[in-house]
Amino acid sequence: MAKKPIQFQLNGSGQAIFAEEGSNLLDVLRRGVGDLSPKYGCGQGTCGTCTVLVNGEPRLSCLTLAETVEGQSVETTAGLAHGPQLHALQHAFMDNFAAQCGYCTPGMLMAAKALLDRNPSPSREEVVEAISGNICRCTGYEPIINAVLAAAQSGGRRYG
Amino acid sequence: MIEFRKEYFADERDDNLNEIGKPTQRQDMLGHVTGRSPYFDDHLFDGLLHLKCLRSPHHHARIRSVDTSEAERMPGVKKVIRARDVPLNLNTLLSLMDFGLDDEPMLADKKVCYVGEPVVAVVAETERACFDAIAKIRVDYEVLPHVLDVEEAIKPGAPSVNPTYPTNTFLYHEKYDHQKLRFGDVEAALRQADHVVEGRYQMSPIEQAPTETCGAIAAPETNNRFVVYTSTQALFFSLGTAAKMLKVSSNRLHFIGGTVGGGFGGKVDSIHEPMAILGCMLTGKPVRYAWDREEEMQVGAPRGAERWYITDGVMNDGRIIARKFIGYFDSGAYTRLSSYAIIKGTGHLPGPYTIPNVSSDVYCVFTNRTPATAMRGFGITGVDFSIEAHMDKVASKIGMNPIELRILNSYRDGDMKAHRRLAKNTALIECCQVVAEKAKWKIGSEYKAMSSLKGGGGERALIPAHTAIDQKGMVRGSGTSSFGYQPQPYVPSTPTFPSTPAFPSVPAYTPAASSSPAPGAPERRPAENAPTPSSTYNPTPSQPATPVEQRPAVNRFSSISGLRRR
Repeated sequence: MAKKPIQFQLNGSGQAIFAEEGSNLLDVLRRGVGDLSPKYGCGQGTCGTCTVLVNGEPRLSCLTLAETVEGQSVETTAGLAHGPQLHALQHAFMDNFAAQCGYCTPGMLMAAKALLDRNPSPSREEVVEAISGNICRCTGYEPIINAVLAAAQSGGRRYG
Repeated sequence: MIEFRKEYFADERDDNLNEIGKPTQRQDMLGHVTGRSPYFDDHLFDGLLHLKCLRSPHHHARIRSVDTSEAERMPGVKKVIRARDVPLNLNTLLSLMDFGLDDEPMLADKKVCYVGEPVVAVVAETERACFDAIAKIRVDYEVLPHVLDVEEAIKPGAPSVNPTYPTNTFLYHEKYDHQKLRFGDVEAALRQADHVVEGRYQMSPIEQAPTETCGAIAAPETNNRFVVYTSTQALFFSLGTAAKMLKVSSNRLHFIGGTVGGGFGGKVDSIHEPMAILGCMLTGKPVRYAWDREEEMQVGAPRGAERWYITDGVMNDGRIIARKFIGYFDSGAYTRLSSYAIIKGTGHLPGPYTIPNVSSDVYCVFTNRTPATAMRGFGITGVDFSIEAHMDKVASKIGMNPIELRILNSYRDGDMKAHRRLAKNTALIECCQVVAEKAKWKIGSEYKAMSSLKGGGGERALIPAHTAIDQKGMVRGSGTSSFGYQPQPYVPSTPTFPSTPAFPSVPAYTPAASSSPAPGAPERRPAENAPTPSSTYNPTPSQPATPVEQRPAVNRFSSISGLRRR
């Protein structure tokens, strides 16, 4: 099958890869580029585990045709920390015990980041709305909601 | 944050402990928030192959023939795996604990017993190539009558689901078609009771639905070993099962697990590791076998459904003096862990209450449903739902406050439980008191004053002087190492089951997977109205690639049987 060249920004670095035509962004990120932070949960857009940001907007990478990110900017959890310095959301998730098995966490973090980038002081209802497309089966949603609110209160972006 | 209450049992916990009672960070949390936790699928291999299965579209069907010739020629296909390629194509998970008989093939050979049972595995360069090849496989099925209801399944003449257990029940203690509990004399107590309250409770099967689907990747390692990355919750079960089914020494298998994307019991069945390793052995390449979400929901083993009949004998003052259970666990087509769940559940009866007369018969029933397995508290949760629903029914029937009814009948420290151990560290009374307070549910002051620490023991610590026992449900051929299953011709004249163990002992146990097909299915009950399609079908187990070795005559029940004291 013919392969298609795709160029895009991933967490601020340029990527140029050949992908099978029709392949989805999740497969291209994981097996093509080797960014394993987005996870496969359902492959049908119902669980939110594969959420990444494309130009700052949350997208389900399992349902996103890889070719459509040509020239776009993609963000994943692997790019959330700045070197050794964790993002405020990462600190808040740790402090609030907002992960148990951790499998939904990368998707939750990206959905939350999209919210905080757009709205640095969200209400609880806005947090619930922002993560409503992301399923967690372990911790329940309360610690996650608390973590996102705590991250917002800490200033939203990065700690020191 | 986390609240640790100290109103109750304050003297039982020190406050000067370093870790207990204080929140502690998970050791894997940093990996979780940075997306670096290494789940099984986060290991990349050059030349990784994918494995997918052709699955049964039928609840129950005989496999007449399988034609994979076209599939084998499809682009990207590296290997088509059939039942005959599996070194030991019959297993039961708890055989590693010497509990139960091998009853489930890795790939179906002679027949399929549930929708989604794997028949053929295809290893190819991409998952899409696997699916394309699977679409070219031709299987000729002869559809058989199926049974999906537990009580239908144990009626005479019902379709026989599982060739290892042709009467559709797991056999306990080499003696009975159900797990028994007898404590006191329930029937006598029911006759003395002021009220008899009956109830029937049915729960659904429940899928664990972990966010990460089940899977494993097996790759060749140096020195003729295989490395296996797996989502399993039971690393040593998976290792032992793979070693057994593939007939390799376990030191050739290098299992790496421990990072599980949610399991809740659904990742103990050790399905993926042996299959991925077999694909790897047959191709020499890394092979990934993972379920997609649809497979996870369709063939991922759920918490099995349970049906319970509860009969209580209750006095006018609310004391429950007798409780009788008849339970049916839907094991699906194969045993997996349901037989064990029942032993666990029986140890829990009659719930957290002190009742002087208890009896229970619980059947592990095979039906043409997806095999059931572990899920959070399995064996307990279903019967607890039934017990608590029944407590409300009893309260309503005798016109009593349901919380007061529970407190009155709660077990207390020092009470004898039906499994003949003393209760200790009981706390149901206090739980009820806190629930009533939080729910603003009024309870009488005498119930507020009750305590788990007071009023227990004494006469309540005694084992009943008389326990009514019976031998209902004893299976033919009971005896050491027979396990109730002998490939003897069925004698249809046997009308019912005698109440004494007057069965001829048999010289040796023949494994279910012996190479000679059984002339007729041994039946515990007469299959009345014989000429149905089900009774003309001779359930014979799948044929392994090589004959199964004769098992040594050992005690098949270890600690979980209740025969060995801890």
